[in-house]
Amino acid sequence: MATAVIARAPGRSRWPSLVPYAVLLLATVPILVLYLWLFYSSFFPRIEGFRPVGDFTIDNWRFLWDPQSVPQLRNRPPIIPLTINTFVFATMTSLISLLVSSMAGYAFSRLRFRGRRVFLGGVLLLHSFPSVTLLIALFVVLRFLGLYDKLVGVILVQTAFALPFGIWIMKGFFDNIPWDLEMSALVDGAGRLRTWWRIMLPLVKPGLLALGVLLFVEGWNQFLLPFVFMPSGSQQTLSTLVRGILGEGRFVDYGLLTAVGLYYIAPILVLFVLAQDQLMRIYAGGVKG
Amino acid sequence: MARIEEIALPRERQATAWWRFNATALLFLGPAMALVLVFFIAPVVITFVMSFTDLATSTGLSNWQWIGPENYQRMFRSQFWLTILGNTFVYVAVVLAFNVIVGLGIALLSVHVEAKAGGLFRSLWLLPRISPSVVYALMWTWAAASPPFGMINYVVEPFGVEPRYWIQSDPWLIVILINGFVGASFGMLIFTSAIKAIPEDLFRAAQVDGASALHVIRRITLPLIKWPILFVLVYQTMSLFASYEYIYLTTNGGPGLYATETWSLWAFHTALSNYYGNLDFAYGAAMAAILVLMGLGISVVMLRLFRFGQLVAEPRVEV
Repeated sequence: MATAVIARAPGRSRWPSLVPYAVLLLATVPILVLYLWLFYSSFFPRIEGFRPVGDFTIDNWRFLWDPQSVPQLRNRPPIIPLTINTFVFATMTSLISLLVSSMAGYAFSRLRFRGRRVFLGGVLLLHSFPSVTLLIALFVVLRFLGLYDKLVGVILVQTAFALPFGIWIMKGFFDNIPWDLEMSALVDGAGRLRTWWRIMLPLVKPGLLALGVLLFVEGWNQFLLPFVFMPSGSQQTLSTLVRGILGEGRFVDYGLLTAVGLYYIAPILVLFVLAQDQLMRIYAGGVKG
Repeated sequence: MARIEEIALPRERQATAWWRFNATALLFLGPAMALVLVFFIAPVVITFVMSFTDLATSTGLSNWQWIGPENYQRMFRSQFWLTILGNTFVYVAVVLAFNVIVGLGIALLSVHVEAKAGGLFRSLWLLPRISPSVVYALMWTWAAASPPFGMINYVVEPFGVEPRYWIQSDPWLIVILINGFVGASFGMLIFTSAIKAIPEDLFRAAQVDGASALHVIRRITLPLIKWPILFVLVYQTMSLFASYEYIYLTTNGGPGLYATETWSLWAFHTALSNYYGNLDFAYGAAMAAILVLMGLGISVVMLRLFRFGQLVAEPRVEV
C-alpha cells in the first residue's frame, strides 16, 4: 500500500501541506451543506437559504405520532406499513440475490461446464444493459405473470437486476479462496452442494456481508421499480411517498419533507457509518473477501 | 487459479465426470438462469418485438397489431428527436467530464493528505451514491428553490447574480450538478485503489530526484492509472446514456418542451409515465431499442479510439 507516501515523505514536497486539505474541503462543502440542511430543516418551521425562520420545533416530525394532522399525508398510506414494505423489499431482495448469486458465482469460479465463457460474458453484458429498455417490457411480463402491482413482483425484478453485479462479485470472492480447502471436503465424498454450503460460504462470509449491505442499501433506496410497478396505494415504499409529497405542487413543505426524508435515510446513514469501508471496497470492485 | 477439473477427478472417470459437471453446474446456475431468463432475456426480446406493434394502454394488452417499422418512422418524424439526441450527448459529455475530472481530483488529493482524512473525504463523496435518489433529489430541489428559500441564490448573490428559480431558469446547471456529484464517487474509488496499487518505490525515487508533487502526478501517477481512467470513461459513458432517474426527479425533462429531455427519459416518459394517460409501450420500446443500438455503437467507437489512440502512447516510466 502506497498510502499517502507522497505526503509523508520528508522535506522535498513543494506543495504547502494545507493546500490539498483546503481544496478537498472546498469541493466537499456542497455535499456537507446539503446533508446538514436535511437535519437542520427538519427541526425548524422554515429555512430561508441558510437562515432558519422561527424557533426550534419537532412539529415537522408529527407525521410519526399524529399523521392525521398532516394534510399532505391524509390521502396516503400510513408511514409504518410503508416502512415495513420498504424493509421487506430491501431484505428479501438482498437475501434472494445473495443466495442466487453466490450459487452462480461458485459455479463460475469452480466448475467447468459448457458455455461457461459465453455465460460469463453475457452476465457482464446484462449488467450494462439500459434498464429503461427492460422496464417497458417488464411491464408486460409482470402483467402476464399476474405480478403487476404486487410487492413480490418488484422483489423478483430487483433481485434479477442485482444478479449480474452479484454474480461477478461472488465469483471474485470464490476465486480468492485456495482450492485445497475445498478439495479435502470433496475427496471425503461430500457433494458439491454440501461443500458449497458448509465449507465455501463460511469462508466468504465477510464478502457476503459486504455484498448484503450493498444490496440492502440499493433495495431500501430503490425508487423507479416500486414507482412504476406498484402504482396503487398500500404496497408502496418510502421512496414513492417522498416523491409523492415532493411532486405535489408548488407549495412544498420542506420542513415536513426533510423530516420524512431524514426518517427514510436514517437507516442508510447508520449502515454507512458502520460499513463504509466494506461499501467503498465493493463499489470500487476491487474486492477481497 | 488451479485447473479444477484435473485435480478433482481421476483421469479414467473423465467421461462421466463431464456429464456430472454439467449437471452440477445446472444445479448451481438454475436459479440465476431462471431469473435472468424471465426478467432480462425475455424483456430484451419483447422490447424489440414490441417495437413493431401498436401496443399501448389504449389497445389493451390483447388487441395490439403488427404495424411494422411505423414506430421508428414516427420517432424520426417527431420534431423533437434531434433536440433530444443533442440533449443526450450534451448530458453524457458534460456529466462524464465532471465525474472523471472531479473523481480524479478527489482521488489524487485524498491520497496526498493523511490517510484518515483522505478516507473521510472519500466517505463523504460516497454519501450521494448511497442515499435514496428521492432524498438526494429533494436536497438539490431545495438548494435550487426560488427566493427566499434556495441556498444557491444566497451563494451567488454577492457576485451580482439575480436570485431565481434555478430549475426553471438554468435547468442544465442543476441536471449537471446533481448527476455530477453523485457520479464522481465511482471514478474516485477506482482511481484511489489504482493509485494505492502503484509501487511505493516509484514515488520514493522521484522524491529523491527532487520532483515536485505535480510533476510526480503528471509523470508517474497519471500514466500508471491510464487503464482505470479508460475503464471509468467507457463504463460511465454507458451508464450515463442509460440513466434518467435524477433528471426525472428534478427537471423532469423540462422546463417547457423537452429542454432537458434525454433519450432514455423520452422512452420512459412515452412508455411508462406521461400526463396524457396513454402509456405508449410499443413506441417507447422503439426508442429504447434505438438507445441500445446507440450504446453498442458508442462502446465500439470508444474501444477503437482507445486502442489506436491511447494505447500507442507508452507510459513514461518503466514498471
